[in-house]
Amino acid sequence: MENKPIVTCAGDQGLFTSLYTSLAQQLPREPMEWRRTYGRAPKMIHLEANFVQFKEELLPKEGNKALLTFPFLHIYWTDCCDTEAYKSTVKEDMMRWQNSLRTHGSADWVIIVVETNDTKKKNKTNILPRSSIVDKIRSDFCNKQNDRCVVLSDPLKDSSRSQESWNSLLLKLRTLLLMSFTKNLGRFEDDMRTLREKRTQPGWSFCEYFMVQEELAFVFEMLQQFEDALVQYDELDALFTQYVLNFGAGDTANWLGSFCAPVRSWSGLLLRRPIDMEKRDGIQRGEASLLDLRSYLFSRQCTLLIFLQRPWEVTQRALELLHNCVQELRLLEVSVLEGALDCWVFLSCLEVLHRIEGCCDQAQLAANCSHTVGLWAYATDKLKSLGELCGLVSEKGPTSEDLNRTVDLLAGLGDERPETGESCWLVLRTPALSINDFKKELSHAAMEMYRAIGRLRSARLVGKSLAEFYMRKGDRERAETFLQEALKSYVSEGWSLPVTHTRKQIAECQKLLGRTEDYLQTSALLAGDVNLTTEERKHFCQEILTFFSFSSSTANKVTLSMGVFAQLTRLQFHPATASVHSGAILQVELTLRCLMPVSVHIQQVAASIHFDVDHGGTHGRSKGAQRQTNPGTVEFIQGNSSAGPPSSSAAGPSLELDEIQDRSPSDNSLNSTGVVCKNTHLIMRRHDSNSPPDTPNCVSPPTVAMKEGAQMLKVQDVKLEPGNNSIIFTAPSGQPGTYTLRQLCATVGQVQFVLPHIYPSVQYEVYSQEPQLTVEPLSEPLLAGLPQMVKFTLLTGHYAVKKGDALQLSNTDTMPILPSTSCTARTSNPAAGCVLSIQSSDKVTSISLPPTPPYHTLEFQLEVLCIIPSGSDRPANERLTNGEVRHRPRSYSHPDTPMTAIDQRMSIDCPWSIYSTLLALTFYIPFKTKHSLLSAGNRKYIQVCVQNVSDVNFTLAEVKLTEKQHASLELQSLNTKEQQLLCSKHSVFCLWEVRWKDDLPSCLQCVFSANFSPLNQDVSAFKPFHYQFQLERVTTLYSVRAEILPPAGEQHCRSGFLCGLEVCITRLTEPAEGEMAEESKTDTDGLKTTKLMYEVADSSSNWAVCGKSSGMVSMPMTANATHKVQIEVMPLFAGHLPFPKIKVLKYLPHTAAVAIQPDPDSCVENDSLSLLDKTLDDQGDTASIRSRGSVHSVGSGDQQQKGVAMPRLEPFSPGQVFNHSHARQVLVLPATDDHIMEVNAT
Amino acid sequence: MAVCIAVIAKENYPLYIRSVPTQNELKFHYTVHTSLDVVEEKISAVGKSLGDQRELYLGLLYPTEDYKMFRKLHNSFTDVMCNPFHNPGDTIQSKAFDGIVSGMMVQTG
Repeated sequence: MENKPIVTCAGDQGLFTSLYTSLAQQLPREPMEWRRTYGRAPKMIHLEANFVQFKEELLPKEGNKALLTFPFLHIYWTDCCDTEAYKSTVKEDMMRWQNSLRTHGSADWVIIVVETNDTKKKNKTNILPRSSIVDKIRSDFCNKQNDRCVVLSDPLKDSSRSQESWNSLLLKLRTLLLMSFTKNLGRFEDDMRTLREKRTQPGWSFCEYFMVQEELAFVFEMLQQFEDALVQYDELDALFTQYVLNFGAGDTANWLGSFCAPVRSWSGLLLRRPIDMEKRDGIQRGEASLLDLRSYLFSRQCTLLIFLQRPWEVTQRALELLHNCVQELRLLEVSVLEGALDCWVFLSCLEVLHRIEGCCDQAQLAANCSHTVGLWAYATDKLKSLGELCGLVSEKGPTSEDLNRTVDLLAGLGDERPETGESCWLVLRTPALSINDFKKELSHAAMEMYRAIGRLRSARLVGKSLAEFYMRKGDRERAETFLQEALKSYVSEGWSLPVTHTRKQIAECQKLLGRTEDYLQTSALLAGDVNLTTEERKHFCQEILTFFSFSSSTANKVTLSMGVFAQLTRLQFHPATASVHSGAILQVELTLRCLMPVSVHIQQVAASIHFDVDHGGTHGRSKGAQRQTNPGTVEFIQGNSSAGPPSSSAAGPSLELDEIQDRSPSDNSLNSTGVVCKNTHLIMRRHDSNSPPDTPNCVSPPTVAMKEGAQMLKVQDVKLEPGNNSIIFTAPSGQPGTYTLRQLCATVGQVQFVLPHIYPSVQYEVYSQEPQLTVEPLSEPLLAGLPQMVKFTLLTGHYAVKKGDALQLSNTDTMPILPSTSCTARTSNPAAGCVLSIQSSDKVTSISLPPTPPYHTLEFQLEVLCIIPSGSDRPANERLTNGEVRHRPRSYSHPDTPMTAIDQRMSIDCPWSIYSTLLALTFYIPFKTKHSLLSAGNRKYIQVCVQNVSDVNFTLAEVKLTEKQHASLELQSLNTKEQQLLCSKHSVFCLWEVRWKDDLPSCLQCVFSANFSPLNQDVSAFKPFHYQFQLERVTTLYSVRAEILPPAGEQHCRSGFLCGLEVCITRLTEPAEGEMAEESKTDTDGLKTTKLMYEVADSSSNWAVCGKSSGMVSMPMTANATHKVQIEVMPLFAGHLPFPKIKVLKYLPHTAAVAIQPDPDSCVENDSLSLLDKTLDDQGDTASIRSRGSVHSVGSGDQQQKGVAMPRLEPFSPGQVFNHSHARQVLVLPATDDHIMEVNAT
Repeated sequence: MAVCIAVIAKENYPLYIRSVPTQNELKFHYTVHTSLDVVEEKISAVGKSLGDQRELYLGLLYPTEDYKMFRKLHNSFTDVMCNPFHNPGDTIQSKAFDGIVSGMMVQTG
């Protein structure tokens, strides 16, 4: 029966019946706008009505709030057109009708007067104006409401007039109906609100209120206002929920007590019927349980939602409802039989799903499975727990206790009802097998759906529970697939606890399946899992260890990944360079972090080595040193293998880049350069689904297989304690080359744990070394001239020094090896040193070496003496004994030290090579020696200056100067001391007077010799020191004498007044032979003369030379020939003024040979050699010559251009000209006495 | 009522996870992990919708009858991330954060 608003009909029933059909049809045809109270939006509404005959009982009694049965409109029908009839009967009837309405307070009525032509015709006699009856009725009943009386004309005729009147009638009816709705519903709502506000009062009952508000909902539903109806139920829902929550917070309402009663029925939701009257009655009676109320409420909501075409909201709300109910029951502390709720939830889920399936087609369902999948999963979950509860899934079958529980649960389901979902209803009643199948199907369905909507994690969780189910059923292979899939996702996302749990399940599964290798692998992982208790870990560890015992019959070994068992954390080389010579001991220390909970005895730890023959390795030490890129300690960074954040693995290993340079083989020029990635094999690895990098369960045996046959590092019988362990290997170092550690393998019984790649790669290098001999000074610097100790170091390399092997040193004159009585050699062996025997012949010194094993160091010291080269004598190159050209030690000045350095080369023949080894030693000469010739008139003196430039203090003794050629010459020493202290950085000057009998040779070849020794050493330590030098043109040729003559009449010169300078040049000797030829020319008169140039120069500006300052003198080449020159000079200052300088130079006519004058400039530059000018500044001197318009031009450009044709000036050698007035002074008086002296004092 | 608080990295591994009834820890881990499905769905939905109407509250993540889950404690998390010594991506080991989480659990539980 469909509810429609009730409209009562009074009056002429026959008339109404004739019109009923068209009325009922036409009323809902046009929508009406319904304006609502409380600001609700207006709605367009199609009105329908249930027309019933008016009875007084229909009118609601006072206090009856039922709305469904409420007549919203009362209609009085009449077709009376006769005034009499109206007055007699109709009016009365109407009056009665009106009265009864009024007594019940109903103001919603309308009187319809039907007019037909027939009636008009029939009653022609009593015709009144048509309006009159209507007017009468209006005046009688509708005193102010004229619209309460409506005329319907010719209703059964098909005319426009009839249609018009129908339309106006329908409009009127609709308007009135809506008015009535608004009024009555508004009143009802107000009452309802009032009732709701009373909810804090003690006697208030939710059930009563529920009924009231539901009435409103019914009306809205009746009016097809489902949205509004749903709102009513939602409000009720919210109100109830709030009360339950308040209860939880301690605010109890009395009426809630009825809902706290123990749950007796758990038959699930019932959604087939629009209104579950059974439950509604229960609510009305206040006997409903919480589940009943919730079920009823939801069934109503569901009905409305389906009306509203929103089935997916049903599923969503259903899930919330089910969760909510469970929580509410818990909150209200309602006692529920164990499993009852599971039953209720399970059945409810299926009911909802069923209901939804009923109203949607398959395609819609599939497209919206995201809405239903939650329910599927929930149902699965509940069924699972039910199955467990009732013992249906255990392999032994249910126990009696389980059966009792099942019976109890079934009792709560109530009677079997055919309209409930058949399959699900049967489920709980069927035996274990079918429930399992059902559950399986359910799980698969849920899983598929989760997959379809992309909720993979949810799908895996369902899969996991399915796996548990399969495990119980004994279908372990299927179980393992599901578990592995789940595990993969947990591992890849780094959820350690689920990983551990799932892995444990897998372990169980694998054990039962007999997959030994996988099981051991998993066990190893679990044994190292910190999430497990120590006992569990020990258990799994034991599983591995005992595997040996029960599988010893089978010969096959099981290979597992090392990462689960132990982690290689560090690798250290001893020595740290990781580079040794062949045959030496190299130790490799591994630090293994054992993940096992107990100490594990390992039969063998082995590391396989890849060997590369290194051809460059034999070239010696230097090459080995270059390539020490591998540090002694390699740290291995471990990603957490089993659990923890996979950040490291997610990010992947970092790139390891290296520079490569491609050089052309011919000329070593760079062809190309680039960057290579060294670990592409790690980075470019495929991240495919079946072997994620960090899932050790998936390690396939071929990849971890140990490569046999390669060189191995092995250690037997190691005990690995939990945590870090240090294992020391002795690495093979036989052949030179590069050894790369590739794999690591630990053997425990039949189980091998293999680390397939040691990464980053670890290498060590074995090199072969050539013997090397080096010589270095024992103390720096080596001083020439003194015996010095030098250290010979022999690195034997691969060569073993045999008995009788000797080093052959070629002797040289410049650096003899001093024989020493005891010379010991030290080897790097701790054994004591042994005495070396040294035998010297004139050519060769032979040092016989003690037997020394390879790769040892042999050290010995020899005393050598480097003879200081005494001068500039350079004998021709001579050949050494071995035929090599002897390299003369060449002295040079070293930038780091003021001492002059001499490189001494030694040539040594070694027994291991056919080639001689050339070694160089650098010696330093401790002295710098200078000599000079001093003159006093004709007398000559030789001064030698010895400067000690070393850091050592010396004693100088037996200082001697000898002349080689002239025996008649006597060198008289003016040195008083026998021995002289020569401190570091100090000088000693020695002086000799040269005496000769008849003639002084122009050239002297002198040898200065002295003995020296470091300070405080005895006489025997004195070593000779020689210094050769040559003096040329020693004889004094000219003497120059200058006089200053005061002005006439004055006794002294006065400043500013001219005075005379008289220069007197006297020839002292007869010309020597060479001189004659060289520079003289014969005048026409046969007199030999030579030309001299004199020059007066005063660099200190004391004097002004007036007139000619220089001039040419032609000197006769005879003794005592004298030339006087008068020059006017003027003193510029008063005081004792030094004489102006007077220079005498040789003037060479242009014919004279150029050969004497190698450098055109040197005549001026070498002025400094002149005795006269020693203190003068060269440049200043030159400038003065220029400024005074000297006869010769010193413009270098001029001279060079003119070349040899120019006459030249040549200075005399020191000692050839003696200046008597050198450094003389003359008193010059001031010009006047009234000088003002300015004194400034500050 | 907070029984379990988890902070998940964007790569879906747990940065921090703690639950109050420790005996049920495993279940919570499973639950939180599974709820990532919904988180992923919601986050990708945000990306599709207009502009940045970022709803930080993710709503019901996992249908469970036992607990409702929600997300909060963003401020504390921000503090942790601002720690210069914290390397984003590492698991959270901050005492302060732990304290705040404990507080949230105690006051309701």
